[in-house]
Amino acid sequence: MRNFYAIYRKEMRHYFVSPVAYVCIGLFLLISAFFFNFFLSAVIQQSFQAEMQSMQFGAPPQFDVPGEVMRAFLGLLSTLILFITPFLTMGVFAEERKRGTMELLMTSPISEIQIVLGKFFASLSLFAVMLLPTASYLVYMYLHSDPVPPWRLLLAGYAGIMLLGGSLLALGTFISSLTENQLIAAVLTFVAFLFLWVLDLGHTSEGVFGSVLQYLSASRHYDDFARGIINTSALIYYFSFMVLFVFLTVRSIDSMRWRRA
Amino acid sequence: MIEVQDLTKSYGSVTAVDHVSFTVNKGEILGFLGPNGAGKTTTMRILTGYMPATSGTAKIAGFDVFGDSMEVRRHIGYLPEAPPVYPDMSVEDYLDFVARIKNVPAENRVARVTEAMRKTNLEDRRADLIKRLSRGYKQRVGIAQALVHDPDVIILDEPTVGLDPKQIIEVRNLIKGLAGDHTIILSTHILPEVSMTCDRVVIINKGKIAAVDTPQNLTSQLKGGQKIRVEVDAPEKALRDALTQVPGTTRVDAERLPAGGHLVAIVETAQGADIRSAIAAKIVQNGWPLFELRGVSLSLEEIFLELTTDDAAHAQASAN
Repeated sequence: MRNFYAIYRKEMRHYFVSPVAYVCIGLFLLISAFFFNFFLSAVIQQSFQAEMQSMQFGAPPQFDVPGEVMRAFLGLLSTLILFITPFLTMGVFAEERKRGTMELLMTSPISEIQIVLGKFFASLSLFAVMLLPTASYLVYMYLHSDPVPPWRLLLAGYAGIMLLGGSLLALGTFISSLTENQLIAAVLTFVAFLFLWVLDLGHTSEGVFGSVLQYLSASRHYDDFARGIINTSALIYYFSFMVLFVFLTVRSIDSMRWRRA
Repeated sequence: MIEVQDLTKSYGSVTAVDHVSFTVNKGEILGFLGPNGAGKTTTMRILTGYMPATSGTAKIAGFDVFGDSMEVRRHIGYLPEAPPVYPDMSVEDYLDFVARIKNVPAENRVARVTEAMRKTNLEDRRADLIKRLSRGYKQRVGIAQALVHDPDVIILDEPTVGLDPKQIIEVRNLIKGLAGDHTIILSTHILPEVSMTCDRVVIINKGKIAAVDTPQNLTSQLKGGQKIRVEVDAPEKALRDALTQVPGTTRVDAERLPAGGHLVAIVETAQGADIRSAIAAKIVQNGWPLFELRGVSLSLEEIFLELTTDDAAHAQASAN
């Protein structure tokens, strides 16, 4: 336990002195803020149009501005993190190997699982820190809405993002353990994410194949969360995903001992 | 404390370590001497658990390095070829981190880190970021991390590389000071280092052990007795004849110096014979001016080269 904490602590420190982390967080917040603004204006405009229509034709449609904005915004976030997380995970193991510090870790009385979990949870923490300010936009919107929408929608949405993010981070960490070169790690991770994303497009295919693709797509499981529904099958999917890649990373580290050439 | 039996490591067709066996006793300093690529680093990496051997066994403090790797790692401090430092951490933070992952209990950590810094003279640099340190200081940090948890066994891969002469002396004294309480293996290709710090030497070449002994035994064992160098103003043949006549001489080599034109002769003697005064007397007897007379013992350099070079002519050339 102490070892896990030592690794966690070290990783967190490295994130906060590394320019990469700040640039990623900065970009992420900038882009998300821009789109929040955009969605909010667009949806409000739509709601005015709908209201005018209803005045013309009688029946007043219910226009849920906060809900629409949240759904759009969370959808954007889920796409945005596909692009940002490769940069957060690229150095996690690749850098250790390059610096030679992997030799220190592997010859110390610390188990591989402690190393991997320490790093993984540190990246999760960083991710949460990156995400938190965006929640403030939505909270602000909520507080200015009448009636105030149920908070569990917001919580469910962010829970979904965290799970999606966690899965991507686990995958990115695994890929980082395969190479010494950060750039290659980033590119491979990005390709893997794209692949997952593309899987989602296969949902239009018919039959069993279509269902399998749908199940494997990380984004698809996310949709329910965006609607405020916490779906147990999605929970299982995401947790399994994370566990799988953490496990694979531990194996990959272990195999480093055998891989020397 | 350390027992290595028939240790072998091959990568495909290349055998980096070839049936190496040796032991290190508790409190001893063992030198691992060999040219680059001899297998020193590979052997150390096997001992520390960084990579597995192809065959053979190695035990540290009674624990098998492969079967009981965790336990072995608790007992060792290791400095790899390149100091495994994190550039973005300060010296103190880094050593604290290493202390943590080496299972130093929280109450002792600060004391141990301070102690490690004191021993390696890093105290005034404790708050400096490692990336700002010079090579020599980084190396010292590397040594400090090998000591911070006060391990029973310390394995150092070329500990003095990159240090200036003053620092080298400090490190050697540090290592000597650690013996007794700690068992140490250090590898190097700097020969004087071995004769100055080590109790015993293992000479390794191309993965095989060429010799195991104390530095003193190695120097005296391999080439019989002493060599004596004389610088004389004399005709070559006459000098040769005169010197050969001195009892105890086994061989005379002479060469004329380019500047000044004096003759330099190297006289090899039989084991145990000290014929310096006899030589001096002979030269004076013949009326030749004697400029220099001194003993030249076969250095570790020469033994090393002899043992690790295939070409006999090389060894011959270096004997001068």
